[in-house]
Amino acid sequence: MLTQKISKKRRAYITVMRTLMLISALATAALVLFLVIYVFAKGLPNITWELLSTKPSYLQNRIGILPDILNTVYIVLATLLIVIPLGVGAAIYLTEYASNKKVVGIIEYAAETLSGIPSIIYGLVGMLFFCQFLNMKTSLLAGALTLVIMNLPTVMRTTQESLKTVPQSYREGAFGLGAGKWRVIRTVVLPGCVDGVITGCILSVGRILGESAALLFTAGFAHALNGVIEGLTSPGATLTVALYVYAKEQGEFGVSFSIAAILMILTILINLSATLVSRYFNKRRKL
Amino acid sequence: MSNIMTAENLCLWYGNTQALKSVNIEIPEKSITALIGPSGCGKSTFLKTLNRMNDLIPGVKITGDVSYNGTNIFDPSVDVNELRRDVGMVFQKPNPFPMSIYDNIAYGPRTHGIKNKAKLDDIVEKALRDAAIWDEVKDRLKKNALGLSGGQQQRLCIARALAVKPKVLLMDEPTSALDPISTSRIEELALQLKDEYTIIIVTHNMQQSVRISDNTAFFLLGELVEWGNTERLFSQPNDKRTEDYITGRFG
Amino acid sequence: MNKKKLLENVIHGVFLILGLITVGCVLLITVYLVISGIPAIREIGLFKFLFGKKWESSAAEPSFGILPFILTSIYGTAGAIVIGVPIGFFTAVYLAKMAPKRIKAVMEAAVSLLAGIPSVVYGLVGMLILVPGIRKLFKIPDGASLLAAIIVLAIMILPSIIKVSITALEAVPKEYEEASLSLGATPVETYFKVSVPAAKSGIATAVVLGVGRAIGEAMAVMMVSGNVPNMPSLFGSVRFLTTAVAGEMSYSSGLQQQALFSIALVLFLFIMLINATLNFFLKRDKEK
Repeated sequence: MLTQKISKKRRAYITVMRTLMLISALATAALVLFLVIYVFAKGLPNITWELLSTKPSYLQNRIGILPDILNTVYIVLATLLIVIPLGVGAAIYLTEYASNKKVVGIIEYAAETLSGIPSIIYGLVGMLFFCQFLNMKTSLLAGALTLVIMNLPTVMRTTQESLKTVPQSYREGAFGLGAGKWRVIRTVVLPGCVDGVITGCILSVGRILGESAALLFTAGFAHALNGVIEGLTSPGATLTVALYVYAKEQGEFGVSFSIAAILMILTILINLSATLVSRYFNKRRKL
Repeated sequence: MSNIMTAENLCLWYGNTQALKSVNIEIPEKSITALIGPSGCGKSTFLKTLNRMNDLIPGVKITGDVSYNGTNIFDPSVDVNELRRDVGMVFQKPNPFPMSIYDNIAYGPRTHGIKNKAKLDDIVEKALRDAAIWDEVKDRLKKNALGLSGGQQQRLCIARALAVKPKVLLMDEPTSALDPISTSRIEELALQLKDEYTIIIVTHNMQQSVRISDNTAFFLLGELVEWGNTERLFSQPNDKRTEDYITGRFG
Repeated sequence: MNKKKLLENVIHGVFLILGLITVGCVLLITVYLVISGIPAIREIGLFKFLFGKKWESSAAEPSFGILPFILTSIYGTAGAIVIGVPIGFFTAVYLAKMAPKRIKAVMEAAVSLLAGIPSVVYGLVGMLILVPGIRKLFKIPDGASLLAAIIVLAIMILPSIIKVSITALEAVPKEYEEASLSLGATPVETYFKVSVPAAKSGIATAVVLGVGRAIGEAMAVMMVSGNVPNMPSLFGSVRFLTTAVAGEMSYSSGLQQQALFSIALVLFLFIMLINATLNFFLKRDKEK
């Protein structure tokens, strides 16, 4: 009896399902492998010091992506500088102050809605509001402010998560010593959300690096070489936007792939650091 | 009465820790055997070995024999799924699937290839009747099983196990999560079921063992200290350790 | 003492404002889209706008019908779901339930990478591989087509489908699986007949997220779909709601630009609908 095998039909079902799983997983793995190898093979050989250290010049028939690199750095810094205080503040309000459940519900619903809106719509509203209504013109700052709205939910959520892990007893202890609410937040709550802020930063940097649709109409696609202040007030392409412009408008696939390879490396680094950071903080929390 | 299951020199290791030490026992057909002992003594491990649920845990090593109806269950020619069909299991915490009551009971028969609606209806009704829960659920077979009370859920799980027509029913502390009234209903049910099934039950409750079992086996630190007729074991234990345990000196 | 209290109140107020910023942003976006989107619809007529089959925005006598964009977005998303969901679903079941630890860790990192790659990189690779590939394979004059867009979108929604499904599958209590195995079901049968049904609302959430991502994607699609406002056909050059906005924004003005805002409003309404669906699933999950 026991040595009787399960029916043919069942064995067929199992084989089919197993095969589908293996094929799908292999397809996914092959896809990632192919993308990485293809982009690196086409992009890495074209990366030269000249490409990285100059600006494009029609006179010398040369393409350089230094302005795009700098623009990317400026816009990342500007966005983070603005979004962190806003996001952390919002998270602190939600976990420390808000007593009305309805208000919390509305804020969380708003954050969810924001994270679902496609970036092209951010670009459009950013253009209407920052560039036209606030008269910032097409500029990196307008782009950065648009990205602030896009990344606000991310920073808020990661900070909120880390604040939830600050034990209630710490707060009670501090209050017990007669500290005011603001003092408790400064001394007990804020230090506890460092990991959330760092995670939020990493995720935001990834999103900013990859963003193009929201920046096309807010930050524009100029390749001028600028300092920080000048840069923020004038239009400029980030690496991702530059990739798009070079590929779609100018047919410069070589440069596009070089930028793609650089973006790919940055993505890998960001993912790696996100993993390491979460591992580090998880370990520390257990102690 | 013949023995439906026997274990010979059964040893089991989780990695480097030995959880069962050379267990020898015979389980007579159509009776209730209770496994008792302090927690961590190996009684649950032994139970799970009988239908090879331990196979799922990585790093488990087993030596010795367990035979079911004369077949060694560890023999490579044995299909573990067929074994589990004959040797069913009821778990400590009621674990109905998040599906309707009907689908819960029909899950096993469907898995084993029964698709006929009328046949399934019969099986479901018989299983629910056998588990003494038919009258309570017959009007809401299509409702989600998670809406039942804890005690009802556990009887539903027993019905689900019965629906694949097992010969042996393993019960792993089936009443430890239940209130006294639900517990006594499960105990009554077990006594009714032994006319048709062989039941092996792990219990942390010695009164329960006395109330329902024909035979009792006492485990300590992975060792089967002694086993035999329940009345005899509780009145005249052969081993000092058994006596200490049943008189409440430890555990 | 009073001064301290005042300070606390001021700080409370500051945090309240920070907390409400997200709400303000949502309102800002909604208000701007509605205000700038309504005029063109009013001028063109709602019915003519939504169901007009012809989009000739810069003709001497322009016509603004966005039915081709709406249908393209719907077909494109549906196509991406049809291809992406099965692959993502089976990969997720494999990774959550069957894969050895090592393979699982590597694959999860790979999926995260897939999620992090900028959409323009997908567009670029699509332009150079998919578009010529489709042209040669199906012997059509131009490979930039709905099909190319569908494939790119299918790839782009894979990571969210896989990740969310894995989370849902891993949250299935082990007790369900043990019960199924103890009834004589094999592991594979158990995963598909018990674990998957138990995780179904999480998997549905994954699909809805994928729909949202596919319908909102602009740049990658713009690079491979040809951008001609045709009624959708698999091998034809097409324009999506998103790419309609992006494609003409830089040089448009007057009614043409206002019509683009109206398209954005339609897209926004689609997304809100999807968000509502998503919230429905999330809430149902929480109640359980």
